[in-house]
Amino acid sequence: MMFKLFGGKKEEPAEQKQSLFERMKQAVTRTRENLAERIEDVISFRKEIDASTLDELEATLIAADLGTTTTNEVLAAMREKVDRKLIGDGDELKRVLKQELLAILQRAEEARPRIEVEPPEVILVVGVNGAGKTTTIGKLAHALRAQGKTVLLAAADTFRAAAIEQLEIWGQRTGAEVIKTKPGGDPSAVLYDALQAAKSRKADYVIVDTAGRLHNKTHLMAELEKMHRTAERILPGAPHETLLVMDGTTGQNGLQQAKVFTEAAGVTGIVLTKLDGTAKGGVVVAISREMNLPVRYVGVGEKQGDLIPFNASDFVDSLFQ
Amino acid sequence: MFENLTDKLQRAFKNLRGQGTLTAENMDEALKEIRLALLEADVNFKVVRDLVDHIREKATGTQVLTALSPAEMVIKVVRDELVETLGKDTAKFKFASQPPTVVLMAGLQGSGKTTTSGKLAGWFKKGGHRPMLVSVDVYRPAAREQLKVVAKAVGAHLYEGENVESNTESVVRLAKEARREAVINGCDVLIVDTAGRLHIDEQLMEEMQSLRSLLNPQEVLFVADAMTGQDAVNSAKEFHDKLTLTGVVLTKMDGDARGGAALSIRAVTGQPIKFLGIGEKYDAIEPFHPDRVVGRILGMGDILSLIEKAEEKLDKKKSEEFAKKALSGDGFSLEDFREQLRQVKKLGSLQSIMGMLPKIGPFAQMQQASSKVDEKQLTRVEAIINSMTAYEREHHEAINGSRRKRIARGSGTSVPEVNNLLRQYAQMRKMFKSMSKPGFARRLGGMKMPGM
Repeated sequence: MMFKLFGGKKEEPAEQKQSLFERMKQAVTRTRENLAERIEDVISFRKEIDASTLDELEATLIAADLGTTTTNEVLAAMREKVDRKLIGDGDELKRVLKQELLAILQRAEEARPRIEVEPPEVILVVGVNGAGKTTTIGKLAHALRAQGKTVLLAAADTFRAAAIEQLEIWGQRTGAEVIKTKPGGDPSAVLYDALQAAKSRKADYVIVDTAGRLHNKTHLMAELEKMHRTAERILPGAPHETLLVMDGTTGQNGLQQAKVFTEAAGVTGIVLTKLDGTAKGGVVVAISREMNLPVRYVGVGEKQGDLIPFNASDFVDSLFQ
Repeated sequence: MFENLTDKLQRAFKNLRGQGTLTAENMDEALKEIRLALLEADVNFKVVRDLVDHIREKATGTQVLTALSPAEMVIKVVRDELVETLGKDTAKFKFASQPPTVVLMAGLQGSGKTTTSGKLAGWFKKGGHRPMLVSVDVYRPAAREQLKVVAKAVGAHLYEGENVESNTESVVRLAKEARREAVINGCDVLIVDTAGRLHIDEQLMEEMQSLRSLLNPQEVLFVADAMTGQDAVNSAKEFHDKLTLTGVVLTKMDGDARGGAALSIRAVTGQPIKFLGIGEKYDAIEPFHPDRVVGRILGMGDILSLIEKAEEKLDKKKSEEFAKKALSGDGFSLEDFREQLRQVKKLGSLQSIMGMLPKIGPFAQMQQASSKVDEKQLTRVEAIINSMTAYEREHHEAINGSRRKRIARGSGTSVPEVNNLLRQYAQMRKMFKSMSKPGFARRLGGMKMPGM
């Protein structure tokens, strides 16, 4: 449901769509420049493709945090095509590489289609410390409120100092009510209160902020499992979406994050944050490939509107334009 | 920490093991594995290239001269190379000749600056200093509120400031006022927490530069997330170019990230990594020892850190008393048992303790087991003992059914849990007692202990 608010073709004027695309492009410009530049370097100087061409492509993909496994797999497919003379020159190589990456991202999107939900729709937001969960929630609330939806924010990060205050400020900014408890309180209790409140007030959305946690802390992951169960008990089907917020600078550890958080909290999509820097966020390709877990949104700045829907083909297009 | 990198390197060397000589061929294989392991550990690919080149050079140059096996020799070369890259000596903190010593924290959003600021304040306090904290993060919602809570938790002075708006003028004013306040309050260290910023945000980087020239800090610390990937080189380099960093703090090292960013950042800035953040508690910070961390990377463990930690945290006298009592005829009481539990808890999480042990042999399984231990279990056990009367703690045999019921209720646990604890306690008591009996040492001697 909420995805329509962002990406619906009917509801959004063409102009805005264009600007979203532009911003997506901007966000990945550096990735693109870097990648495209290097690919240009690789292919324009030598029309003929040789082993060193592929070596340099390997370095390019690795530098984008795709990881050695994904890089090697993607390049193996290319190498085979080169060997069989299916790829003749640099342009061809670029096109085929693009197709490979796009296919990986699209498979993940198709594996988890966006679903319509009866309100209140519950969105659980999880991630490691400092990924940008609270800011992402603020931006999400902003987008939903702009569509006239009622939003409840559940301050279930009762651990980190001033996390509740931080969410409250976002609540004030966006006009979303914040359900909270005192610091150190039981996160599941806050969730319970928020869901009850959402039911009785007929809210459209409940967005649940959780404390950042490193995924190798078993007891903290158990706490997330409990929250997941609590949500399900109060509202069958909830949480309807569990978003794993991941810092765009994350390296190969992102894969492990995706796996363990999915085990504990049933992650349905990723929000890739801080993409307005120089980091490439390429680990999401590895995550898509291994787990069929799609990216839903990307964070491209600190302003309220700086959260945009992820579009695989736009993303890959932007990388290569 | 660095566990996975350790695994990979060990596998790389396993293939070398058993071969008498080091040929160009098997070196190539090992180097390929080392390269892959370092890349998967998120070491920047350019840094990896340099490292592998150096390792190749050194390994082939020394091969016939050493008495070590090929695998041991390559391990040594890799180890030396990584230690050299990370910096050979333990970094020291610079203090101002005229207090206050100013520490400026810098880094990307979410790297852990505020938490680290608090931890550093605690660390300084423990070293006999009077630290003051100030947050000049006037941008992120509740950032300054967060530092206030942190300062209270570590018992450090805080300069709060007034009438703060979200602009550079406020940032500069707060910093100035804080330094004055530090002097007035006799605080000898001022830690300045700043807003997270992107290294390509020109405006905010300029703000950082003006803070630097205003405060003239002894230390400009770059706080970086241990999970950072290839981009670590870009942000670190930019921060260093603009601010001339004096050191690095690597945070979230209690996770399972391979932490290759440590090598990348060190390589591009040339600045030492001074501290590691190793947990969410405010004392979860430790000075960085390159040789030890490399030892950990290579599976040699970090026993030195563990010993240091144990010495700092454990009450030696109490431990000795316990040992004496446990081995004596009367055995130890539940009261003593609780005291030991508290001592163990002081060391930190079991996982962080286990992370310091080598990843080889019997320790490998111990680490796996520890990741499954519920840390809260210790708290529950303590709660059960807390719910006993003093008499019961000294006379465990007196705890009958109705007493067990009461204890379970009082501690919020269940009777089976209480039973379980009492059973385990009885077993431990028996075990300790048998250790004191003659013949125990002989029985133990029959078992081959590794490394003894």
